[in-house]
Amino acid sequence: MSGELHAYVLLVLVGFLPNEIWRMLGLVVARGIDEESEFFMWARAVAIAVLAGVIAKIVMLPPGTLAGVPLGIRLGAIACGFVAFLAVRRSVFAGVIAGEVVLTLGALAYGI
Amino acid sequence: MPAPMPSAPTIDPPQRSATAAFLAGFGAAWLSVMAYVLIGTYIGLAALAHDFGFSLWWLAASTVLVWAGPAQVILVSALGAGAAPIEVAIAVSLSSVRLLPMVISLLPLIKQPQTRNRDLLLPAHLTAVSMWIEALRLLPPLPREHRIPFANGLGLSFLLAAQIGGGIGYYLATSLPPLLSAALLFLTPMSFLISTTRNCRLLSDWLALVFGLMLGPLLAFWQVGLDLLWTGMVGGSLAYGIYRLREARR
Repeated sequence: MSGELHAYVLLVLVGFLPNEIWRMLGLVVARGIDEESEFFMWARAVAIAVLAGVIAKIVMLPPGTLAGVPLGIRLGAIACGFVAFLAVRRSVFAGVIAGEVVLTLGALAYGI
Repeated sequence: MPAPMPSAPTIDPPQRSATAAFLAGFGAAWLSVMAYVLIGTYIGLAALAHDFGFSLWWLAASTVLVWAGPAQVILVSALGAGAAPIEVAIAVSLSSVRLLPMVISLLPLIKQPQTRNRDLLLPAHLTAVSMWIEALRLLPPLPREHRIPFANGLGLSFLLAAQIGGGIGYYLATSLPPLLSAALLFLTPMSFLISTTRNCRLLSDWLALVFGLMLGPLLAFWQVGLDLLWTGMVGGSLAYGIYRLREARR
């Protein structure tokens, strides 16, 4: 049972705390910021850029089994999903489904 | 599309309208693709946790406490592989830097001058990419006093979706076939890209998206330390600067 307890202590110390510190820091910083301020506008741009960086990194340098799917298929699937999103009344569902179908068919054709 | 909030009649007690806003947020989550993306992503994460010998309860607790997919992947795989705790903590923390600008660009949308700090703790904790993207889209039309309960409802609903995915993944147990696991991993970039695009309104939003897409892999490829931090600072600041210059010329 102590092994189990150890796992939860580790969860709090090396999972929860180092992660939550950014949210709490954000809470402190956001205290004096209002929606109209320049700092808010800048933080929004930074957040979008980080997220875009995360997206592109997963596609270009993918984790786990996604790395087994060739780059061309990953890029093709992203492009098809994006076009489907624009074509089908800006539907996020349509885009995600189209991208997933292309990725799966491509990976199947490649022999995964 | 969620039904628009009815304009609150003056006789409506504030408590009741707060509950209604919470439930509206809770319901809105299931109309978003993100709820289903979370289920899929956490099926994959649970399969990983199962492989590394973590219990379902531990996984569920990590979802409640950490509530950040990439950080949880690192936590499970690094702890499972027996990495030194301090190294795991640093890797988790680096992967979660994105939460800082997200919280800073969310809280000013929901707080009012009289809002107490402790009322912002829950929305700050629930801030993750899924909740942030959908909150930015759904909050602006709502009356300000409804935004905190709405954001809490939205975030808790997404958390529930993740737990459902975790339960499914854990009980499917046996390692997922590579094709399925690749398709689940692909859900994140595909849905994030489209949802972020849908949210872009200002020129600075569009520029930040394009700069981030270019800088992210470039800096990672060149093995620049803290690559995502630099992607955000450089890409975001450039986007903001160009937007400001254009506004000033008008």
